[in-house]
Amino acid sequence: METTMRQTWAFLFRGYHLTRRYIGWVIVFNFYALVTSATVALIGVAAGNYQLTLTLVVGALLWNYLSSLYNEIAMSIAYERWEGTLEYTFMAPVSRLIHLLGVSLYSLLNSIATSLIVLAGLVFFTNLNLRGANLFGVLIVVMVSTLAFVGLGLIAAVFPVMSAERGAEATHIFQGSLLLVSGVYYPIEVLPKWMQPLSAVSPATYTLSACRKLFGVGISGSTPELLAGAPLSAVTRELLILALMGAVLLPLGLWIFVRIEAWAKRAGKLKRTG
Amino acid sequence: MEQPAIHVRNLRKCFRKRNGFRKTSELWAIDDVSFSVAKGETYGLLGPNGSGKSSLIRVLSTLLIADSGRVKMLGYSLPEDQEQVRRIIGRVSVDAAFYKKLSARENLLYTALLYGQKARDAERRAINILEQLGMENSKFSTPLEEMSRGMQQKISIARALVLNPPLLLLDEPTTGLDPKSRRDVQSFLEDLRRREGTTILLTTHDMAEAQRLCARIGFLAHGKLVAEGTTKDLIRRAGAETLDDAFIALTGEELIEEELVAVEE
Repeated sequence: METTMRQTWAFLFRGYHLTRRYIGWVIVFNFYALVTSATVALIGVAAGNYQLTLTLVVGALLWNYLSSLYNEIAMSIAYERWEGTLEYTFMAPVSRLIHLLGVSLYSLLNSIATSLIVLAGLVFFTNLNLRGANLFGVLIVVMVSTLAFVGLGLIAAVFPVMSAERGAEATHIFQGSLLLVSGVYYPIEVLPKWMQPLSAVSPATYTLSACRKLFGVGISGSTPELLAGAPLSAVTRELLILALMGAVLLPLGLWIFVRIEAWAKRAGKLKRTG
Repeated sequence: MEQPAIHVRNLRKCFRKRNGFRKTSELWAIDDVSFSVAKGETYGLLGPNGSGKSSLIRVLSTLLIADSGRVKMLGYSLPEDQEQVRRIIGRVSVDAAFYKKLSARENLLYTALLYGQKARDAERRAINILEQLGMENSKFSTPLEEMSRGMQQKISIARALVLNPPLLLLDEPTTGLDPKSRRDVQSFLEDLRRREGTTILLTTHDMAEAQRLCARIGFLAHGKLVAEGTTKDLIRRAGAETLDDAFIALTGEELIEEELVAVEE
């Protein structure tokens, strides 16, 4: 148990010191996340429509969190490839479960920090009043959807194991596709008809749909002064789907990762590149 | 009779590379290689680039799965017992792969934690090893990117040794080092074997290094182990005057050959 704790701590230790050493870039990325979110939300302010503003704020905030979580996990292997340390991580007597758990934990903390910065920026720029929103419900939905996104991150993390060059590109294409089909800033109905069914397989679709209800978007009783956030029971369907996705995607991600690692060791794909 | 520390039998590994549509080429990186290394022995593998040295080390390091053959390390078989094998090996590769922005201390502590060790104990051991390798204490907090290649390689050796492994796999550990750093590393390895009884498998291009450090040497060429023995044995068998000449006579190659590059990428 003590060994497992130390091994999990190793990834947090590494992440913390890398963040410290790359602090300039960390500030730049957070600044960029804040500015892009604020510029999207300000479209609603310019339109003088608080419901549109709230829709965009929820989209920007949640997408920042979910994409950051996915990206950090998915790219963790690519970063190790670029540094040349992947072989040393794979050579250590640490189970893949602990390895990926450690990476996911650090990514989670990182994503929460980014999201808090973005939230502060959004409130500052839009002057939005969140009174009446079901923030506890939002927290529950975000926690449940975190599992599904960690699972997606693990699945995407195999791409850099398979190919050092193409892997990182593939993870970004996948992330971009999720952004397109999940209704982050617009209703899914505006997508081309053939593309709309794809939104059903993205966990972000259900996260956003549930959180918008909990914030009071589209609910008749909501006013700019007092939002009418829906109760948690109103998003039971979304919660169940997200829980199911997490229950499937998490073990599936781990299973795929272990198999691809074994394949990479047979094919000689772990060698340092970049 | 005591069990060898490393026991490799009929090991084979082939890499297949696609050359255009429906065409593949094969390269036997390891071709029916067998050898044993006794506990506490330093065994050298000499061969030009692409001869299969690194592939062999990578199989023993659990990073590459062989097509066939048997590998036993201190009684553990590969690939079945890879978790146990990982606990008994330390590896130093030719490229000092680190988080270059992190300091030596941070890199070494990360490795120690990854192996489940106590950070404080590992730090003490790491400082001790680096002192023996001739590194100043003040460098411990310097980011790796600000260190010379020689210093980075010393940190790499410290990373392998901080785990206190009974088996050390060294893949060209002194390639690219200046003469002083090379001598420091070689003296340290001699001392380590004497003091701790560590079993060392060393691959190198450097005949003088092999002669100095290794009790026995194997010549690798095109993935095959073409000869092995003590330096004297090899020179006598080849009817040569130096180990260099013996290598050329027994393998038909020179160590500087670069035409065979492994297709592991």
